[in-house]
This record gives sequence, structure tokens and C-alpha cells, in this order.
Amino acid sequence: MLDDTDRRILRQMQADPSLALPDLADLTGISSARLSRRIERLRDQNILRGPRAVINWRALGYTVEVSLRITLDKTQPRAFDDFIAAAREIREVIEIQTFLGRVDLRLSVIARDMAHYQAIYRDQLLSLPHIADIEALMHVARIKSDEALPL
Amino acid sequence: MIELDDIDRALLRALSQDATQSAGALGREVGLSQPATWRRIKRLTDNGVIAGRRLDLDREALGFGVAVFLGVKLATKGRVSLEDFERAVSAIPEVQTVEHVLGMYDYRLRVVARDIADFERVLRRRIMTLPGVGDVEANVLLSEERRPGPI
Repeated sequence: MLDDTDRRILRQMQADPSLALPDLADLTGISSARLSRRIERLRDQNILRGPRAVINWRALGYTVEVSLRITLDKTQPRAFDDFIAAAREIREVIEIQTFLGRVDLRLSVIARDMAHYQAIYRDQLLSLPHIADIEALMHVARIKSDEALPL
Repeated sequence: MIELDDIDRALLRALSQDATQSAGALGREVGLSQPATWRRIKRLTDNGVIAGRRLDLDREALGFGVAVFLGVKLATKGRVSLEDFERAVSAIPEVQTVEHVLGMYDYRLRVVARDIADFERVLRRRIMTLPGVGDVEANVLLSEERRPGPI
């Protein structure tokens, strides 16, 4: 089970994933030896993974990001499985989420420009299986994106 | 915008899975020397393609059993400044991401909570009291999958 010490360590690591062990020891007030044992245990339990590099798609020329909210035809027993398997084949889909609520699924789609987006939408997204309804939110700006947990 | 070759793409794919790998280890995988690999990673970072590093924590093991996406429509556009709303919503610890979007909603928020009762508390006390907030739609996240994207 996690205790306050674990949370303190994760809070600091989350705020700055590139901190070196001695700096982390200073910030948390835990000795380096104890700290590395704790971190190792969190990694063994798979609670702590990464860090992963965050790719800025804009810097690679992908200026358009669209959130597609999809309702599926649930009379089809394999609607979710079929849809997700097909969505994985589209390279420009960077996120697939499923929901309990008014929408069933959401895809994050990136494209170089609107013409490129239109091509992906017409040729690939609209031919995904079992779509009952589809709604688009066009991304304007990312205001907060650290995805930090309030530990 | 920078051009990537196959080696850059392989490095980006590897680092977006696990950014703790050393330049030496990555170099062996892609067939480059440690210094040459390091120079490529530095170029990707300097050009903003690698925007940073992020921990990947097991949200549920850390006690946040619920993640909800909220679509928020502002009620009083023009009267409440977008900056006021953005500042206030970004300050809520349970709000992990804030995106400004065009479409049915003005903002898209990702909110974490311990359970549904805790989510209700956040929604009532923190979100519904934000300046200018109008319609709110909630969808509870069931599963999510990040894809490698077009690299």
C-alpha cells in the first residue's frame, strides 16, 4: 500500500520528471538509499512508469487537431471491438477513448492542415464501422496539459 | 518545421514509450554511436519536437478511480473574459487538462476524482461555480489508449 512518503516522492517526480536522485532526496527529505528503494518498489508494482517523451505534433507540421465524438450503433454486438480495431489502423489517430455517457467513443485526430484533415475524414474516418453519429470539436488551444494527479 | 528520417522516427517512437533509455542503449537499437544518437535527441529537443517528459502514473492505484471528460459551454460570452475562466479552471487541482475547442462546447476538461461521490463534489463546488460556466456535459472515461501517431 502507498503511504505519505510514496506520495511525497511521486508529487516531486511528477512536478519535474528529470530531477536527479540527489535533488529529489533534498526536496523530499528522504535519504538517497531509502529513496531509490522506494522508487524501485513503485516501479516494480507498475504504479510508476516512464517518464515518456511528449511529442509536440505542431513542431512536426501537424497544425490541426480534432476531437471526434462518436456514437455507435449498439444493435451490432461487436460494434466497439470492430470500431476500435479499425481506428487503430489510422495513423493520424493519436488517442482512442471509450466512455459511459452521451457519447461512446472519442478519437483524437491530427492532420497537417484542413485539406489533409478532410482527406482523412472522408477516406478513412467515415468508413469506420458501426458509426451512428459523429460530432467534431476543433482544437483551438491547450490551456493546461500537464495531466498531473492531485497527489 | 523539421524533417525527420527513419532513425529520428525510431528514436521518437522509443522515447515516447520510455524516456529513461540512455543514448547509448538507444543508439545500439538504431545502429548509431552514442554521441551521434545524443546529437539527434538534442536536435529533436531543441526544435521542440520533444516537448518535455511526463511520468506515467497508475491513476487507479493512486486512488483516483474516476476520470471524467467535461464539455463546458460558457453562458455569458463577452461578459466574462475567457482569461478569467481559463485561470480559474486551471487552478483546480482535479482538473488535469483544459482545451479550448470550437464546436458544441467551448472547453473540454479532463477531471479526476476518487469516486463518483468525490466527482460530484468537484463538479458542484468547483466547476459549476466557475465564472461564466453554462451547459456542462459529463462522460465518464472507461478506457483509453494512446497511439504512436504518424511517425
